[in-house]
Amino acid sequence: MSLTQTIELPNGVKYEQPLGLFINNEWVNSVDGGSFEVINPTTEKVITSVQEASEKDVDIAVKAARAAFEGEWSQVTPQDRGRYLNNLADLFEKNRLLLASVEALDNGKAVSEAQGDVQAAANVFRYYGGWADKVHGKVIDTAPGKFNYTKQEPVGVCGQIIPWNFPILMWSWKIGPAIATGNVVIIKSAEQTPLSALVAATLIKEAGFPPGVINVISGLGRVAGAAISAHMDIDKVAFTGSTPVGRMIMKAAANSNLKKVTLELGGKSPNIVFDDANVDDAISWVNFGIFFNHGQVCCAGSRIYVQEGIYDKFVEAFKARITKNVVGDPFHPETFQGPQVSQLQFDRVMSYIEHGKQEGAKIECGGGRHGTSGYFIQPTIFSNVTEDMKIMQEEIFGPVASIAKFKTLDDAIRIGNNTTFGLASAVHTTSLATAIDVSNRLKAGTVWINTYNALHHQLPFGGYKESGIGRELGKAALANYTQTKTVCINLAGGKD
Amino acid sequence: MTLPLFKELTAPNGKKFNQPLGLFINNEFVKSQSGKTLTTISPTDETEITDVYAADAADVDIAVKAARAAFLNPAWCDISPAERGQLLYKLADLVQQHEEQLATIETWDMGKPYTVAKAEDLAESVNVFKYYAGWADKVEGRTIDTGPNKLAYTLHQPVGVCGQSKTHLIFTKKTYNNRFNKMAAWKLAPALACGNTVVLKSAEQTPLSALYLAQLVKEAGFPPGVVNVLTGYGKTAGAAIAGHEDVDKIAFTGSTATARHIMKAASVNLKNITLETGGKSPLIIFEDADLEQAVKWGHVGIMHNMGQVCTATSRILVHESVYSQFIEKFKKETAKVSVVGDPFSEKTFQGPQVSKQQHERILEYIEHGKAEGATLVSGGTPHGEKGFFVAPTIFADVKAHHKINQEEVFGPFVVIDKFSTQEEAISRANGTQYGLGASIFTKDITRAHRVAAKLDAGMVWINSSNDSHYAIPFGGVKQSGIGRELGQYALSAYTNAKAVHVNLGTVL
Repeated sequence: MSLTQTIELPNGVKYEQPLGLFINNEWVNSVDGGSFEVINPTTEKVITSVQEASEKDVDIAVKAARAAFEGEWSQVTPQDRGRYLNNLADLFEKNRLLLASVEALDNGKAVSEAQGDVQAAANVFRYYGGWADKVHGKVIDTAPGKFNYTKQEPVGVCGQIIPWNFPILMWSWKIGPAIATGNVVIIKSAEQTPLSALVAATLIKEAGFPPGVINVISGLGRVAGAAISAHMDIDKVAFTGSTPVGRMIMKAAANSNLKKVTLELGGKSPNIVFDDANVDDAISWVNFGIFFNHGQVCCAGSRIYVQEGIYDKFVEAFKARITKNVVGDPFHPETFQGPQVSQLQFDRVMSYIEHGKQEGAKIECGGGRHGTSGYFIQPTIFSNVTEDMKIMQEEIFGPVASIAKFKTLDDAIRIGNNTTFGLASAVHTTSLATAIDVSNRLKAGTVWINTYNALHHQLPFGGYKESGIGRELGKAALANYTQTKTVCINLAGGKD
Repeated sequence: MTLPLFKELTAPNGKKFNQPLGLFINNEFVKSQSGKTLTTISPTDETEITDVYAADAADVDIAVKAARAAFLNPAWCDISPAERGQLLYKLADLVQQHEEQLATIETWDMGKPYTVAKAEDLAESVNVFKYYAGWADKVEGRTIDTGPNKLAYTLHQPVGVCGQSKTHLIFTKKTYNNRFNKMAAWKLAPALACGNTVVLKSAEQTPLSALYLAQLVKEAGFPPGVVNVLTGYGKTAGAAIAGHEDVDKIAFTGSTATARHIMKAASVNLKNITLETGGKSPLIIFEDADLEQAVKWGHVGIMHNMGQVCTATSRILVHESVYSQFIEKFKKETAKVSVVGDPFSEKTFQGPQVSKQQHERILEYIEHGKAEGATLVSGGTPHGEKGFFVAPTIFADVKAHHKINQEEVFGPFVVIDKFSTQEEAISRANGTQYGLGASIFTKDITRAHRVAAKLDAGMVWINSSNDSHYAIPFGGVKQSGIGRELGQYALSAYTNAKAVHVNLGTVL
């Protein structure tokens, strides 16, 4: 099978799409010749087929990564690690339109949104490039006659499994901190969206990385993903995806070699609006909170709680606001919301909408398919949703907002925390005391105040409870990829 | 005829470049208010290179006003930390692109061998700018939990207008004449990464590369007034900066004597100070040392950069059992490696001293050494007919009380003596008003770490000398200075921690 295919995109961008596995800085076919189809969610048509990594290919990648880790990569200075990451950032910026266009084709998000993702990815590389030569251990004075210090050493060969909702951005979140701290990686893209990861892989060698340091494979979760989780020579697995799959990965890690595990999983984040909030501002953030990226965001503000004093006013204003969300072709410059990523996701979301109707929630707007082709769903608002309803408890991962009212601050906290998830949350208020009190008491990894989805490469991000283990972004991510070695030197002679 | 603001110069190596001659204020090159100029000469052949404008108190005042305005201007104070980092990365790239011109200027104006200027100093400047570019969005305050009645956090804010200079204070940076480009990077980079604005005064002996660098600052995209560069005399411009009431901080690198004046002058408005001053750093060779390596490191430790290095390990203390062996080998190594000559020649290891004044000082110390009764092993004379060259000079059997053992010579001039016990070595090493660097040569793990802990020095090298790195803090104890440059430590000199307490429940 050919290792590339010429693809011409709807916006005129024409390029060579790599189709193989990227191992040891080279493009190869899968050992058994397996491949899988890649579908365009806007047209429901097949774009191409890419090589599928099996357990055997994962094994080859691990060997390459291990050789690099024990060999050439271990001799590279922190400064040079940073330099290569900075080069990658520059190359991402240079190729921004290409990467964004491929993303829009494969994932369905608007090209303009994808451009934002690619720039954010470049920023992540630059940020972690800057950390590479700044990872410090400590010197700890315990007693005269002893000299003690710690070193922060890389974990080793890291398997990284990324999702389909922000393919290229998630690629950067994983690679940045792992590489900065001296690890090597095998990164598996999502089976729904393998294309941008492969295009990005063409930049790795140019950025200066030695062979085997960054290996990029396409594959199925239940095959390649499972192989990574269970591999005896992978030191750590990092996964972003659904909570059920996160559970399987943790089990496989435990059953194999107790590899280190970090997980970014699902969410059902509360977006809480108090009477004293600036309602216009709050509406803009609430809209963005649930409808951004077609609702396919782990930290989406999918449960909206509005204090009873402004509830009616809010619902009307929110309905009016979402009519401005343009649903359409990702290559159209006006588009805000493209199609859901796949048939499976489309069916899932539509089935939750049916549940909502059956459970007795009120449809304020939307509730059906948009158009007749492509996985488009109308932006949907349910009101009068009660706590026990499926649409209030389970992660829908689509453009479906559930709204309910609350009375007091204590009610808001209780309801906000009434979930097995704990990824993000938000509170909209002009009161200093309310903001601090609510942010202290919500059990969530991020609390946004008077904003939503305000992620930034400098700010740690991750979940409480079943939303995950560990934090990504910020300095915190470095801890996922380092281990502490304590060295204790005796300067005082024998025991007695 | 008034001096123009730019001049096309052709260096001895044939390189042509456009040299700014004015003062760099608000992203423009301007004449000094008084029209005053100074002349800079090549220490290699004592010829005049060019005149440049020289700043007085009036010019300093204008520069400080520009820096203050820039500090409050949203174009600088409201950009994100990551954007500040971007500007520094851009500056690093530009310095790299212009490395040949900058190295040429350094060699012509200061006498440093060209190969060293390019491969070491310029490369390091680029590294330093990139390193602090990476820190810009990583300077973080804290939240501190004291209980439910308070939300307490710290903001790490820029200090303000910083004078950096080689001789004067002001929240400007003053830089040493010995390695301008590197010193400029050491001072500018952390200050800018943290959001400050700067008035930088170069040394009067070596004004040119700072002005050339100023062009690159503008090209990188720093808003006007963020970086200002002045040429001037320490006694006038430097003093003006030191005593200026609207400068928030001064960083100075230079002699201890001048640093005292700066510290006194800084007290006018209690401006924050950091000082990198002199040194008389010891290099201790124990009986189990790798003698070949000790000789090589010992040689570069004092002879590199014509001995014009604050951290030069200029006092070598050798265990008596290997003393005469060491001296013989050291003499041979010096004769072999310290090729004295034209700094533009690739063969040259040692160029001229930077100025006539420095040259004469070293010759005086040579006379002192002879008069005090130390043993002259080699050198001890000027070198050549023209230019400020000095023969690499080695004195042995130098006693603790000797002038040449106590005072910083700042030339290719080393004093050597012997010791018998570890305690004696430490005591001799610490017997100085200075405390900048120190080196230990030994293979024994216990001795290495124990002695390192006992030496009064800001930096200790075990089995090397002057082996600095941009990520590792640099500075002195005792009269070698206040504060640290390089590494993460430099950031604290350029930030103020502001504690904010939000009362959540303490009601009166």
